[in-house]
Amino acid sequence: MSLSRAEVEKVSLLGRLQLTPAELDLMTTQLSAVVGYIEQLKELSTDDVEPMAHAVPTSNVFRDDVVTPSADRALILSNAPHADGEFYLVPAVLGE
Amino acid sequence: MALYQKTATELLGLLNAGQVTSEELTRAYAERIAQVDPKVGAYLRVDVNGALEQARTIDARRKRGEPLGKLAGVPVAVKDLLCAQGELTTCASRMLETYRAPYDSTVVAKLRAADAVLLGRTNMDEFAMGGSTENSAFQKTRNPWDLERTPGGSSGGAAACVAADEACLSIGTDTGGSIRQPAALCGITGMKPTYGRVSRYGLVAFASSLDQAGPMARTAEDAALLLEVISGHDPHDATSVNVPVPSYSQNVREPLQGLTVGLVREHFAAGLDGEVESAVREAVKVYESLGAKVKEVSFPHAEYGVAVYYIIAPCEASSNLARYDGVHYGRRTDEAKLIAELDAERKQLLAAGKKREAESLDTSLVRLYRKSRAEGFGSEVKRRIMLGTYALSSGYYDAYYLKALKVRRLIRQDYDKAFEQVDLIAGPCTTSPAFKIGEKVDDPLAMYLVDLYTVSANLAGVGGISIPCGFSKQGLPIGLQLQGPPLAEDKLLRAAHMYQTATDWHTRRPKLA
Amino acid sequence: MTDKPAPYTIVIGLETHVQLQTATKLFCGCSTKFGAPPNTQTCPVCTGHPGTLPVMNRRAFELSLQTAAALNCNIATYTKWDRKQYYYPDLPKGYQISQYDLPFSYEGWLEIGDPKGKFEPKRVRIIRAHLEEDAGKSMHDEHAGKADSKIDLNRTGTPLLEIVTHPDLRSPAETKAYLTELKLLLTHLGVSDCNMQEGSLRVDANVNLHIETPTGKVATPIVEIKNMNSFRAVEKAVAYEAERQYSVWQETGKKLGDPGVFKQTRGWDDTANVTRGQREKEESSDYRYFPDPDLVPVTVTAEQIGAVRQSLGELPAQIRTRLEVSYGLTPYDSDVIVNQGRTFITYFTTAADIAGDGKTASNWLQQDVLRVMGERNLTIESYPVPAAALGDLLKRVRAGEVDTSRGREVLQRMFDTNETAAEAMQALGIEQVDESALMALCEELVAANPKVVVDVKAGKMQAAGAFVGQAKKKNPNANPARVRELCLEIIAKLP
Repeated sequence: MSLSRAEVEKVSLLGRLQLTPAELDLMTTQLSAVVGYIEQLKELSTDDVEPMAHAVPTSNVFRDDVVTPSADRALILSNAPHADGEFYLVPAVLGE
Repeated sequence: MALYQKTATELLGLLNAGQVTSEELTRAYAERIAQVDPKVGAYLRVDVNGALEQARTIDARRKRGEPLGKLAGVPVAVKDLLCAQGELTTCASRMLETYRAPYDSTVVAKLRAADAVLLGRTNMDEFAMGGSTENSAFQKTRNPWDLERTPGGSSGGAAACVAADEACLSIGTDTGGSIRQPAALCGITGMKPTYGRVSRYGLVAFASSLDQAGPMARTAEDAALLLEVISGHDPHDATSVNVPVPSYSQNVREPLQGLTVGLVREHFAAGLDGEVESAVREAVKVYESLGAKVKEVSFPHAEYGVAVYYIIAPCEASSNLARYDGVHYGRRTDEAKLIAELDAERKQLLAAGKKREAESLDTSLVRLYRKSRAEGFGSEVKRRIMLGTYALSSGYYDAYYLKALKVRRLIRQDYDKAFEQVDLIAGPCTTSPAFKIGEKVDDPLAMYLVDLYTVSANLAGVGGISIPCGFSKQGLPIGLQLQGPPLAEDKLLRAAHMYQTATDWHTRRPKLA
Repeated sequence: MTDKPAPYTIVIGLETHVQLQTATKLFCGCSTKFGAPPNTQTCPVCTGHPGTLPVMNRRAFELSLQTAAALNCNIATYTKWDRKQYYYPDLPKGYQISQYDLPFSYEGWLEIGDPKGKFEPKRVRIIRAHLEEDAGKSMHDEHAGKADSKIDLNRTGTPLLEIVTHPDLRSPAETKAYLTELKLLLTHLGVSDCNMQEGSLRVDANVNLHIETPTGKVATPIVEIKNMNSFRAVEKAVAYEAERQYSVWQETGKKLGDPGVFKQTRGWDDTANVTRGQREKEESSDYRYFPDPDLVPVTVTAEQIGAVRQSLGELPAQIRTRLEVSYGLTPYDSDVIVNQGRTFITYFTTAADIAGDGKTASNWLQQDVLRVMGERNLTIESYPVPAAALGDLLKRVRAGEVDTSRGREVLQRMFDTNETAAEAMQALGIEQVDESALMALCEELVAANPKVVVDVKAGKMQAAGAFVGQAKKKNPNANPARVRELCLEIIAKLP
């Protein structure tokens, strides 16, 4: 199966990647090859197979509802590309 | 023999006997790194001063007779994918070039608690995506056995530093073979433990249901020692296994009695290099000579492993890497340029009478995300984000992700059936020895097929170890992969040690003039 | 508004997000306390730092189970966690941990009624209730587009319960009743404080109209209304939206299911009292859900589910019925009392039991206690007169030891001084007047007021009120009702 350039472009918006026209072309070819390869799974009948989301079958792992100290604000904001000492800053969000 | 050529087990003996100090040892490694790493490029950063300071502290404590951890004074290299508080943790990505983790990963915390000396951070494929370390945003790592070839990946730096005697212990991570494959290609011992054996807390996620950190060393004995230190249940990781950690380092020297080794019929099919095949078959004969029985088993779903892996891993990766959006940490694109760019695009569209297109242009926030990510990620990471995003997008979930989870179950069932008949599975770790730098960079699918023998263990969640079992005519190392049932690390390490007592492949060294 | 019935039926379904009253966040140990300075209640986990992992809060799951049981939901024996993926600056991981195809509870109901009988009692069916983590807060500049938006992640990761109803509600009044009853239930259980101002209860409404036309019934396109900050706002927004959709339908004739007609999102503007369309991108709804590999599933046994149902105790609806049956209250009175919460209910039953009369206790609580609580900004916990003391006072009122109006003076004094009813009555000089003395007083009054006697004889019974006033002046302890009775008896015996 091959992907269209338009599909790849749509996926690039969903995945929040800005691709150049050349990258879009290359990505379309390469993704089509990989998708073509993984399509071989269709050969297998898996109707009665339980999906395996976890490698280890465990359940009910909980934490007690006990407060632990939060991180120092200066430390947690120190990695932010843009902050004012109190908040993270992003370009004005319009609409929503 | 120079200090840096000794194993960690030997070094601990010398340290405890007072015949060498950790400071001397750390200096020896620092000098060795200074000498050979310009050629090999295994390390992204070496913290000589920090390491010496740790070493001196441990020496002083040892002198005072204080109780010390299991790795007291032994230098360890850590893959640049594990967080260490206050230190750079780049994942070999421009995205995290300046990122300083605000906390310790559990693995690093356990190394500190064991009084290991943290020597430096090793190179890798960006976010652990790749099999050659060529996807590092910062530098190439070269195979110490042939500097024109790759060390494998993604833990290429972690493997190369051990092969080049720049560390005796190093921590790698393995999502589809990223410990075992570079270990095989660099001629060292590398183990991917059972999923959940080692905490993933602070291991920067690539594919959460597959990722596992593990030891890389020259010998199974050293690997056992390092695994013992980093294993264990962690309340910060809900998927970590709550089972006591055996004393791997004690047990490793006990040979296994009545061992039955399984050979997977499908592993010896087309695509396997002849030299690799004969080395592996020779290795199996060694086990027979040590009293093991050999039995052929079948993995009918083995051929689907790579396809399953290249659905599950990119899907999880596309989600795990969504957090790199230039808002809370990591790279952010130049905002002024971005705004100017958008304005220009809008004007151009309006001038061309394309009002609709102008209205549906990215908002400045969406463009901030898209540009920051485009600038921060390399092409392989982008490819996997695209693949995973596509496979999870509306209408495709059942055909790809759900299907892959089902075949994943079938692969696990192949293992379960095999382990009803055999104790361990032996086979090739890679289809061929180390390939040339640049050889596969333009063909992603060819690069993905490098993982043919290793991905299944990650999908099934079982442990696997790669040990040196010979060399090609060109002098390149070949790896034997052993795989065991869940939580059979003890058995794997003992089997590996048995082999290493009967052979000397693991003692060979590359000539790094 | 006219009384003419609307030419359509409003069809409303609600999605309610409720913050659970846990001490810590859903997946890390950060406090959930409201009002801390920005970004001081965060850690590497809830800010989505590389390598961090979520670990589920046991208490949050327990509170969710209680709520599901109280909402008569089926509880799943197996539930898992999914990632809902979208990009927004207040969502640091780029996904929200939520539940997609296997929520922990589904198919329940909540019964609503109107104490004044404005609509028939009904069961509002619940589609599902699931657990998820909250996002942070984005603060936008007033002059949008000029300054940067500010992001506070304190709220990020707070446990949220999302409760989704079927479109079973048919009017703004029913909608408000559902929310009121839901809030009552959740606060009664202690699973949430449901404080809308602090955002611990948030409501989105899906609204459309069913219109009878000569050619059959048509449905208007569904609109989701957001940004409603009070129950009153929900009522107003739903009412506004119904009228708006009707006029749009009259203009355009657009129906649900027409090609090119999609669900629309509109925001409620509480100052302009209108809903406004919100801009949405087509791709924004592709959430790419998949099971979160970092979290393991949760299984619950039938015994555990049974134990949760057992542990709930009496729920508000049952308490209302009990107050009506055992204390003779009207539905209106029981509703007022139960709406005040657990402590108030206990206060009422204690006082009523001692007073020996529910109706009296209910009247006093509503007219006196609640009024003072309102005026002085008190809670029932801080109201100084104990329930037993009030009950004792009411017992005395009923026994005629003190009349109602002097009883109020006594309660005021008990409030001011913390005295018992007996002490306060004594301090106020209230004592029962001997029947013979009272008779003498009344005879004296009748003799002194011949004009009143004439009026009463002529059938103007209200004229007897004059005796009461005069008796009070002569002896403040004279029971007004008894004075009136005695005076009338004396007059009746007169020739």
